[in-house]
Amino acid sequence: MGTTQSGIHGGRLAPADYERNFSDLHPPLDRHEALVAADRCYFCHDAPCVTACPTAIDIPMFIRQISTGNPLGSARTIFDQNILGGMCARVCPTETLCEQACVRNTAESRPVEIGRLQRHATDVALAAGHPFYRRPERSGKAVAVVGAGPAGLACAHRLALKGHDVVILEAREKSGGLNEYGIATYKTVDDFAQREVDYVLSIGGIEVKHGVKLGRDFTLSDLMANFDAVFLGIGLAGVNGLDVEGENLAGVVDAVDFIAGLRQAQDKAEIPVGRRVVVIGGGMTAIDAAVQAKLLGAEDVTICYRRGKEHMNASPFEQDLATSKGVTIRHWLQPRRIVAREGRVAGVEVEYTELRDGRLSGTGEIGILAADQVFKAIGQTFAAGGLASLAMTGGRIAVDADGRTSMANVWAGGDCVRAGEDLTVTSVAQGRDAAESINRALTADTRQAVAVA
Amino acid sequence: MADLRSTFAGIASPNPFWLASAPPTDKAYNVERAFRAGWGGVVWKTLGSEGPPVVNVNGPRYGAIWGADRRLLGLNNIELITDRDLYVNLREMKQVKMNWPDRALVASIMVPCVEEEWKAILPLVEETGADGIELNFGCPHGMSERGMGAAVGQVPEYIEMVVRWCKQYTRMPVITKLTPNITDIRKPARAAHAGGTDAVSLINTINSITSVDLDSFSPEPSIGGKGSHGGYCGPAVKPIALNMVAEIARDPETRSLPISGIGGVTTWRDAAEFLALGAGNVQVCTAAMTYGFKIVEEMITGLSGWMDAKGHRSLADIVGRAVPNITDWQYLNLNYVAKARIDQDACIKCGRCHIACEDTSHQAITQFVDGVRHFEVLEEECVGCNLCVNVCPVDNCITMVGLEPGTLDRRTGKPVDPDYANWTTHPNNPMARQAAE
Repeated sequence: MGTTQSGIHGGRLAPADYERNFSDLHPPLDRHEALVAADRCYFCHDAPCVTACPTAIDIPMFIRQISTGNPLGSARTIFDQNILGGMCARVCPTETLCEQACVRNTAESRPVEIGRLQRHATDVALAAGHPFYRRPERSGKAVAVVGAGPAGLACAHRLALKGHDVVILEAREKSGGLNEYGIATYKTVDDFAQREVDYVLSIGGIEVKHGVKLGRDFTLSDLMANFDAVFLGIGLAGVNGLDVEGENLAGVVDAVDFIAGLRQAQDKAEIPVGRRVVVIGGGMTAIDAAVQAKLLGAEDVTICYRRGKEHMNASPFEQDLATSKGVTIRHWLQPRRIVAREGRVAGVEVEYTELRDGRLSGTGEIGILAADQVFKAIGQTFAAGGLASLAMTGGRIAVDADGRTSMANVWAGGDCVRAGEDLTVTSVAQGRDAAESINRALTADTRQAVAVA
Repeated sequence: MADLRSTFAGIASPNPFWLASAPPTDKAYNVERAFRAGWGGVVWKTLGSEGPPVVNVNGPRYGAIWGADRRLLGLNNIELITDRDLYVNLREMKQVKMNWPDRALVASIMVPCVEEEWKAILPLVEETGADGIELNFGCPHGMSERGMGAAVGQVPEYIEMVVRWCKQYTRMPVITKLTPNITDIRKPARAAHAGGTDAVSLINTINSITSVDLDSFSPEPSIGGKGSHGGYCGPAVKPIALNMVAEIARDPETRSLPISGIGGVTTWRDAAEFLALGAGNVQVCTAAMTYGFKIVEEMITGLSGWMDAKGHRSLADIVGRAVPNITDWQYLNLNYVAKARIDQDACIKCGRCHIACEDTSHQAITQFVDGVRHFEVLEEECVGCNLCVNVCPVDNCITMVGLEPGTLDRRTGKPVDPDYANWTTHPNNPMARQAAE
């Protein structure tokens, strides 16, 4: 089959190539490597890395615990703040968070490898099957959590830790949310997302119901009637359309579906990919789709982004990763229509763009990029039913600093709210903090939660 | 090019770097390699009496402590004197000395405190052509249980006695090696001097247990679950050694006595410091055992480069140069005022200076200035203690700056007094008050 045959096909590569291409992007540090890396930490006071972490993990402490031969204690330090610390160690853009803040950057332009050290400690704990947390005596309160993604899991775990009964309602077959369906395969290998879910749930007191969807199988009112509190961690289920001619042609695919399909595929050779692939978008999803298309054996993969490099949501690290894998990133190009031949994609007609008086406009210069597959990666949108009159802002659920929504006893967090960056670690922080807020409300006599204005 | 040639207690060597009596100098094979690498001399691993040699343990002989990146900071050992036959050693020493006539070859000796024993071994050593002998009064483990090594070095009278025997029965220069496992190093040094020693060498190793295995609860090194104290050496002991060398160098009774400086010499800088504090040469062991013999190249080029840069032409220009600057605490100038200063361009904002000062010292370093993370010395609180300098991970980022006489010390609100004043005359000193009355 090979990489040069036109059209969209699976099995472009030899089995060993798939294995190599989809193995761990950052292999784990072994014990010696971890000790050497840990030695570089200065144990800063009021450390900038902690401030930069959305979950405020005590990074100098967990690294010191690694260097003193106490990896389980280290993992405990991490999990106390971030129960999904294992996945965050794999997917956090550390180069723009903790590692960017590391004082070693000032000292010698190379930060402590915080992400990899965090993975080392959490791997040790998961391998040891050490639970750390057990549900205390039951409080008699019950909370519904909608969505088993990072926000929902973090919220559920913290609620269980407080003794509340938790029921998670998840629309998909598996728990994990984007950790399971939305992250490039080479960032989380060996079914780590499910192992982490099992670890989180091992605290006890959390029931997960799969295949039940808000708006279809139940409504927010149902939950409010049956639970003491509700947490919505429903993410962004919708995908933005290109709104151009030919969008519905065979060969035009939502990047998120492509990424999810890859994650779920036992045999990566089953996933069809074009010879020439154009990815439209400039975020992490665009990068993940483009890189993986290349790794599946596409001959030519081009990311088209309608603004400049500096405007891309994908981090510089991710952009470099893409280009190192042979992906071409082109800027200042917007799609005008998908070109068809015999009912299938044959190319993308694009137009150069520029900023004119601060507004993005087409220059009128038009060309065609040949393509037999097009990925749409121009952002996800909030899409959910059954929420009645819940207040929204900027197209997402409005919350206060504690994660309270406009409705009494309803909290929300993660990508479905308009707050913070759309990162796993941000979702964990919001889920965790909402749980603390819920707990305060549930334990504060009979006082009702106050709605946001 | 500086002249590194050394004459120590009458023994000439092309440079002042000798290998100390220890495993690296136990046989011709090693010593030949050392000389090829450039070492100026060796003190051959300690010889014992004629007859069946001592035996060593058959398990671990060494324990260690490490710094960051597992850099070896301190080593201890429970090895005894040479466990090879006396005559094998003597034969090899003779051959090596013939092969390397320009290098110093000194025999370390440890026999029981009996005159006949010393009288018997000295001619045998002399016959090898060795340049001198070193009396091992320092080994703190094993041999000391048998009344030798440190057991002698801890009794000044024995030191003096044995040194006298040696001076009586050999023409070779006598170097007396001292144990640090004693309260006042001047006492054994004075005793050796009284006995007529040509030089002293110090320090030998320090009684130590390097660690405890927290599974077996055995000290390290562990011999089948049991351990014994060993002799501690390496970079960690250098400050102890420097002080003891200085104590002897500035003692009125022993100040003329040549000193061979030993204890944690790892780089040319260490060596230069020993020389400055009065050592005529240095002996090295742990650094060679950690990195191999090649390190002497760095020591030679480093010392020579520094001497050239500073205009020191020979070792005589630097030996003892720091000795006049060692004094008693009571004579330190209490009118000298220093303040820490943080180079903001070099600061990486780790905050270690702040927390060290805030938690454990004088609350003299800011964490925030105008809401921004910024570490700055508050001169009105700074007592100039130097802790921040020592905990800062960036070389030369924080420095101590002496205030010029007449400038305002913002801590006391007074100008810096230009005159020297010490504790002996300070009004808070009860002895000074008595003297004044």
